[in-house]
Amino acid sequence: MAKTDQKPLLEVRNLKTYFYTEDGVVSAVDGVSFEVYPGEVLGIVGESGCGKSVTSLSIMRLIAPPGKITEGEILFGGKNLLDLSESEMTKVRGNKISMIFQQPQTALNPVFQVDDQIAEVLNIHKDFGAEAGKARAIELLKMVGIPDAERRAEAYPHELSGGMAQRVMIAMALACVPELLIADEPTTALDVTIQAQILDLMRDLRSKMGTSVILITHDLGVVAEMAERVAVMYAGEVVEQADVNPLFEQPLHPYTQGLIGSIPVLGQLKERLDVIPGSVPNLVNLPAGCRFAPRCLSREKFGLKICTDVKPDLTEVIPGHLVRCWLYQNAEGHQAPLKAK
Amino acid sequence: MATYLIRRLLWLIPILFVVALITFIMMHAAPGGPWDRDLNARQVDATTQNTLNEYYGLDKPLWRQFTAYVFGDVNKENKFVCGLVCGNLGPSYRVRGRTVQDILFEPPKEKSFLYSRFGYSMRLGGLALSMAILIGIPAGMIAALKQNTWIDYVSLFITSIGISIPSFVMAIFLIIIFASMLHLVNVVPKDWDDGKAWILPAAVLGFGTMAFTARLTRASMLEVLRQDYVRTARAKGLHERVVIFRHMLRNALIPVVTILGPALAALVTGSFIIETMFGFPGMGRAYVTAIGQRDYSMILGTTLLFVFLVSLANLTVDMLYVVIDPRIRINE
Repeated sequence: MAKTDQKPLLEVRNLKTYFYTEDGVVSAVDGVSFEVYPGEVLGIVGESGCGKSVTSLSIMRLIAPPGKITEGEILFGGKNLLDLSESEMTKVRGNKISMIFQQPQTALNPVFQVDDQIAEVLNIHKDFGAEAGKARAIELLKMVGIPDAERRAEAYPHELSGGMAQRVMIAMALACVPELLIADEPTTALDVTIQAQILDLMRDLRSKMGTSVILITHDLGVVAEMAERVAVMYAGEVVEQADVNPLFEQPLHPYTQGLIGSIPVLGQLKERLDVIPGSVPNLVNLPAGCRFAPRCLSREKFGLKICTDVKPDLTEVIPGHLVRCWLYQNAEGHQAPLKAK
Repeated sequence: MATYLIRRLLWLIPILFVVALITFIMMHAAPGGPWDRDLNARQVDATTQNTLNEYYGLDKPLWRQFTAYVFGDVNKENKFVCGLVCGNLGPSYRVRGRTVQDILFEPPKEKSFLYSRFGYSMRLGGLALSMAILIGIPAGMIAALKQNTWIDYVSLFITSIGISIPSFVMAIFLIIIFASMLHLVNVVPKDWDDGKAWILPAAVLGFGTMAFTARLTRASMLEVLRQDYVRTARAKGLHERVVIFRHMLRNALIPVVTILGPALAALVTGSFIIETMFGFPGMGRAYVTAIGQRDYSMILGTTLLFVFLVSLANLTVDMLYVVIDPRIRINE
């Protein structure tokens, strides 16, 4: 499903977001590149602390000090968002690109009614007045499947359940019909049954509105269900990127293989789940070579020496399937032991 | 809401009664009485004292004096005189021919109510409280938004002074600097119609509250800065100004409202010292004078008025919560 015929809606090129802390420079996002095409759902997967949330906040340019975007381009509709002034950027946020978050109940302001919070977005971006804004808010609440929307519109966030609050967040995010929706762990804080409802709702609204979605999650199940393409992140880098089916059928990167292997499968009896040994590296002192090398079982299996010294590039080994691993690429004095089919 | 309000107002009755009782006991436990004069002045002779005691009912047993004060009693002419329950605070023992409410509320001839002792104190307190709020809250906000910059450190330094130095020490320092050294104001201002005279007492009276408000606002803002809904507000495309004033400030002020009740109490107690030091013609000074003179009815009356005001302030603050924070609901 490589959409080479279409122009990407969003192109992130070599994005670097560093945090200048007292303990040193944390390279939370280190040279990340990916594209999002119109109407598609891109999943970004990785463990906590791999830089996926920082990537999304970087796209919104909501990185607060000591964090800073040091390098790269974020091309949205051909324009580099990093070149915009702060006031131009406020016209993009919530209007062209909007975002929903992990904790819906704390993401809503506790002292305002939900219709006021939705109307606020319409007011700043679409010049809705107070009355029209509230009326539209009720329509939006109906659209996201909130029963008794007229009454719920006047509720405060603490009067809503987590699932309801996330629906309100989605209504707010989609109020201005954005071209891109960034969903940062949208279902992580919700019950499993509610998760499914929210995912259904997102899928439904995306096909109605044609909004592109970046779905950030650590849950491969959610990715398999929602995404068309997937980028796997590890320690601030994209390590593998492919369409969703090839990725699950033939994961190339040892990290992706480990992630998929660690999913419990219902009905399948296992002594213990496969785990990836070790933990995410400290982002201040990163290993010189491949960042996954210290935890990599394949490296030991194939006896690769280059991994700890030289960093592999993200290379397209099969059309549409990119991977950052020495198992599949040659270098001076290094012969790749595997070839992707 | 109305039920709650009425219940809270009814609670005032037992509160005032108990305060009156405690004050009455402590007052009479203290040595001396209203007829004592300075040791080096001519004392009132025993016969006169007896006549006075009889006239004011101070010869009766203490419990009788107390019930007379609260509920009323028959006087010499066999007429019933209603007490506190009728809003009657009784005659002053030291200011001849004037009742306590006269002294507190009656302005001088041809002047408005604002020139009564109560009016003077309210104006000074109001000025001090407005200074505390209008300077304290913005200072705290700026300090939080510019955390760990020189602005924050200067603000922390000044507010630390405000919290740690008692107002009477501060008053002396400011009098020395602004009155004795710079001659900008009189040491003890005579003309309180001159606005300049109000600056020092109001500043000293409000300084502690200002410092406390600023620190609380700063802490509260820092807490709010990290909240998810602030990130949401920015992600909506709001300008930073709107994020701060609409989304952060209202949440940050919830804890600040809490201290307004205690702040008013602090202003009342502060006023005893500050009014006395600056020779201010308000209730605080009258109260301190009354205590020194054992003017029993004046002590009781003023105490009860202060209690009434502080209770009312606390009630207002409790109602204000409901308005400012929708998560708080009154249990009817």
